[in-house]
Amino acid sequence: MKEKVIVKDLHKYFGKLEVLTGIDTVIYEGEVVCVIGPSGSGKSTFLRCLNKLEDVTSGTVIVDDYDITDKKVDINKVRENIGMVFQQFNLFPNMTVKKNIMMAPVTLKKMTKEEASDKADELLKRVGLFEKAESYPGELSGGQQQRVAIARALAMNPDIMLFDEPTSALDPEMVGEVLEVMKDLAKQGMTMIVVTHEMGFAREVSDRVLFMDGGVICEEGTPEQVFLNPQQERTQDFLRKVL
Amino acid sequence: MDFGRVISEATPLLLQGFRYTVIVSLIGIAIGIVIGLFVCLMNMSKSRILRFIAGIYIWIIRGTPMLVQSYVIFFGIPQLIQTFIPEFRLDAFTAGIITLSLNAGAYLSEIFRSGIQAVPKGQTEASRSLGLSQTQTMIKVVLPQAFKITIPSLVNQFIISVKDTSILSAIGLAELTNMTKQYVGKSFQFFASYVYLAAFYLVFVSLLMLLSKYIEKRLKYERKSNS
Repeated sequence: MKEKVIVKDLHKYFGKLEVLTGIDTVIYEGEVVCVIGPSGSGKSTFLRCLNKLEDVTSGTVIVDDYDITDKKVDINKVRENIGMVFQQFNLFPNMTVKKNIMMAPVTLKKMTKEEASDKADELLKRVGLFEKAESYPGELSGGQQQRVAIARALAMNPDIMLFDEPTSALDPEMVGEVLEVMKDLAKQGMTMIVVTHEMGFAREVSDRVLFMDGGVICEEGTPEQVFLNPQQERTQDFLRKVL
Repeated sequence: MDFGRVISEATPLLLQGFRYTVIVSLIGIAIGIVIGLFVCLMNMSKSRILRFIAGIYIWIIRGTPMLVQSYVIFFGIPQLIQTFIPEFRLDAFTAGIITLSLNAGAYLSEIFRSGIQAVPKGQTEASRSLGLSQTQTMIKVVLPQAFKITIPSLVNQFIISVKDTSILSAIGLAELTNMTKQYVGKSFQFFASYVYLAAFYLVFVSLLMLLSKYIEKRLKYERKSNS
C-alpha cells in the first residue's frame, strides 16, 4: 500500500506551550484513521499540521510525497489535494450552496464554470441536498451545512480528507446524516483522517484508531484492539469515561 | 426675513455650489477609498516599516483639524514648493480634493481594518484549505464579507465627508457653503439664507441615508428575509 501521510517526530509549540511532543505515524492510501482522545490532547492541532493550517515547529510532515515542512514546497498546490471539514462548517455565508462548491475549482482553474457546475450538482445529489443548490448557508440546518461543507471539499477531487470534529457542533438528531455521508465516502476508498468524539463511528468505520493524550499518540491499533483490549492505562481511563 | 426672495435669488447660486460639493465629495471619497485600502493593507502587513508609515499618517490626520490640514495643503505646501519651483500653483479645487481624500482615507483605512478583522478566521482557513492563496482568499472570501460588514460605517464616513466639504469654503473653494456666504454678503439675509443652506445639506444627506438602507437590504445573504 502506498504511504499517503508520513509524520516524523512532529513537535508544535504555541508560544512556550508544547502541544505536540513528538508524533510519528504513517497513514496509507485508502485508510480511514480516527483520532480520539481527551480535549487538549492535541488532536486538532495534529490534524491542522497535516495541511499546514498550523506551522510545524519541528519534525517532518510528508503528504503525497511533498514535504510540507519544506518552505520551497508550494503549500497551495498540496492543499488542493487535501480536503478539510471543520467543526464550525465555515461555509461562505455570502455565496449560495452551489457557489460555495464551485468557488475553489473555478478560482484555481481546475474546471470551467460548466464543469464545476456539473460537479456541484453531482456532489449535491451524493450528499442528498440537490434541491438546496440555490439556498444560502444561513437557510440550512447544521447537518445540511456540514454535508455541503463535505461536498465543497470534495469538489477539488482531493485524495485525502481531513475531518476536524465534524459532528461536535451539531444537534444530536443531525449527527447521523453527516456520519452517513462520511461512511459512504469511506466505502469508496477515500483516505480519511477523522478527529472525533463519535466512538461508535470510530469503532464501526475506521481501519485504525489513534489515541492521543498529552501531545503524543499513546496507543494505536485496529478498533477492536483499542476499544476492546486497550493496553495503556490512559487509554483504559479515557474509554471508561466516554463509553 | 424673506424666504421667498432668498429661495428665488439664491437657488441658482446654491445649485452651482452644490455641484462643486458633490464633485469634490465624490472624487475625494473615491480617492479616499483607494488610500484607505492601501493604508489598511500596509497596516496589516508583516513589514514594520509599512505599519509605521501607516500609523504616522493616521495619527497626523486624526490628531489635527481638517481646517488646519486644508490651510497647510492650500497655503503652506505651495509656498514650500515655490522655493524650488517658483511657478508652482495649487488651486482651491485640487487642494480641496487632496485634503478631503487624505482625511477620508485615514478614517476609511480604520473602517476597512475593523471590517476585515470582523470576518471569522474560519472563513480564511476554509478558503486556504481548499488551496487558494492568501491573495485569492482576500479577494474572493474576506473582502466581499468585510465590505458588507462595513457598509454602515462606510456610509457614515461618506456623510461626514460630504459635510466636511463646507470646511473647504475657508480656502475659497466655490462650494455650497461658500456660495451661500457670498449671497449673504450681498443680501444680508442671514437667517433665511443659512437655514436654506442647512436644508440643502439635510436633504442630500438624507438621500444618502436612504440609499444606504437600500443597499444594506439588497446585500442580505438570505433570500427569505425574515427580519
